[in-house]
Amino acid sequence: MKSAQGPRGNEDALVRAGRALRLVLLIALAALFLIPFYLLLRNGLATEQDITSADWTFFPSELKWSNLRELFDDPAVPMAHALLNSTLIAVATTLGTLLLASLAGYGLARIPYRFANTVFYAILGTLMVPAAVTFVPTFVLVSSLGWVSSLRGLIVPTLFSAFACFVFRQYFLGFPKELEDAAHIDGLGHWRTYWRIVVPNSRPVFAAVGTIVFIGAWNAFLWPLVIGQDKDAWTVQVALSTFLTSQTVNIHELFVAAAVSIVPLLLVFVLLQRYIVAGVERSGIDD
Amino acid sequence: MQRTQRSLTARLLGPQNRNLWFWVFVGPFAIGLALFTYVPLAWSVYLSFFDAHNTVSPTHFVGLDNYLSMLGDSAFTSSLWTFVVFTLFIVPATYALALGLALAVNRLRFAQAFFRSVFFLPAACSYVVAALVWKLSIFNGVRFGLANTVLGWFGGDQTAWLSTTHPPWYWLVIVTVRLWLQAGFYMILFLAGLQRVPIQLYEAAAVDGARAGWQTFRHITFPALRATSVAVVLLLVINAFQAFDEFYNLLSDSRGYPPYARPPLVYLYYTALGQGQNLGLGSAGAVILALIVAVVTVAQARWFGLGRKEA
Repeated sequence: MKSAQGPRGNEDALVRAGRALRLVLLIALAALFLIPFYLLLRNGLATEQDITSADWTFFPSELKWSNLRELFDDPAVPMAHALLNSTLIAVATTLGTLLLASLAGYGLARIPYRFANTVFYAILGTLMVPAAVTFVPTFVLVSSLGWVSSLRGLIVPTLFSAFACFVFRQYFLGFPKELEDAAHIDGLGHWRTYWRIVVPNSRPVFAAVGTIVFIGAWNAFLWPLVIGQDKDAWTVQVALSTFLTSQTVNIHELFVAAAVSIVPLLLVFVLLQRYIVAGVERSGIDD
Repeated sequence: MQRTQRSLTARLLGPQNRNLWFWVFVGPFAIGLALFTYVPLAWSVYLSFFDAHNTVSPTHFVGLDNYLSMLGDSAFTSSLWTFVVFTLFIVPATYALALGLALAVNRLRFAQAFFRSVFFLPAACSYVVAALVWKLSIFNGVRFGLANTVLGWFGGDQTAWLSTTHPPWYWLVIVTVRLWLQAGFYMILFLAGLQRVPIQLYEAAAVDGARAGWQTFRHITFPALRATSVAVVLLLVINAFQAFDEFYNLLSDSRGYPPYARPPLVYLYYTALGQGQNLGLGSAGAVILALIVAVVTVAQARWFGLGRKEA
């Protein structure tokens, strides 16, 4: 675009060339971004010989779907149990966070109380303390409760998300007050107004926060690593990590396990992307 | 007597029981948050003054010894240095890539949703899965690794990416994992910011003779994205400070963790929860890190003039 001084026709050609170049660049970058997913599939469905062959092949000589059965039949790799744990934890964390944070956000936004602001800033202040800094102290607390290697220990401490509470409060501040006033006139108290009027009319924000929390819970690593010490309490991430760092499992088995572990999230991504995008947009904008 | 008691109850409940209802809604969350954030923090400060090996109720008070040995430990100070180096790599790289992607995708006339999805998709991956692909397939350091295969096509040498410390190739592996995983997330933030730039600004600039491209970006788009940029940089630094997953999964093996590229959390993990479980020392480390986060956050907020109202 430097020589845009030229005659009109030239300029148009330049603009079009620039646009084409940008498109080519984007396509190349998109391909680059998809390579890791391709590698997951390629190595997950290949034989060990294909993977370690000196000559790079873009597609394995045969697609070994039996790798999947091998993975779930291998008694040394508790993948099915880890998937079950991860599902239970992610679902419970999502539902619990939505319930607790939305109630708190609504109370803070809508029920007048003298110390409401103090409470709000006490909640907001915890956002300043990264969860990672509190993992040692929280481990101390949880282990003294005897919750190490239990689902309780994996779920309960993660249920209180100041971020989710903040998003809900901001949302409810903008909720049309007329709807609630009408409900109050009809004799509904705070509790029933909330469940009958507010929640049914706020589905998108619940979906946005819910998807973000679900993804975070499914992919969480440090806390499950610290708390899920027994094999029975392993999540998918901890199981993958254990075999990755000890390297006691065949490469193809590790890759097919990793591929299986991202399937639930890819489904969530494909089906609920607009809610995720809405959730991300809410998470970054703190005005 | 009866009367004062009733009025006290009435006062506690508030008009129309509002105080009661406030706590019905906010109470469960507030109590849980206090229990799992404030209580552990306070307990951690307490433990940091004790010799606490394998115990959470220690009896041997050691004063500031834990803090002194933490600050005197070269492994701890070098972990802070690792964080600084990592931040210098990852923050500018992610910022530039995310902004570039957002600008390019935003101006597409078709297939916008497709490209947005592709760049955002890695956010569905966990760091564990990404580290697995990077460590065992792309940068595995042997002949069948993708990076070495590509290098081979151009006659390059085989490189053991994760174990080469001179030059420190391991940074390439570590930084690209996070870059791939996070760039799309921040691209979404920038796209949202771009949507909010008033179109009249561009029209006025065109009338004033500003050329599309660099000039418009420099004088219109970039300044209009200021709030988003500040949020993105703050999030990037805070997230870099919390980095653990990719370091741990890329570098630790059955022999343990190598002596290089050890960020604060990895150091803390091995100190507090590794052999010996020195919880007093680990707690002192957590307190020092919490203070550093607080100082860095406040300094950044000052630097960016956060709270100053936008014009």
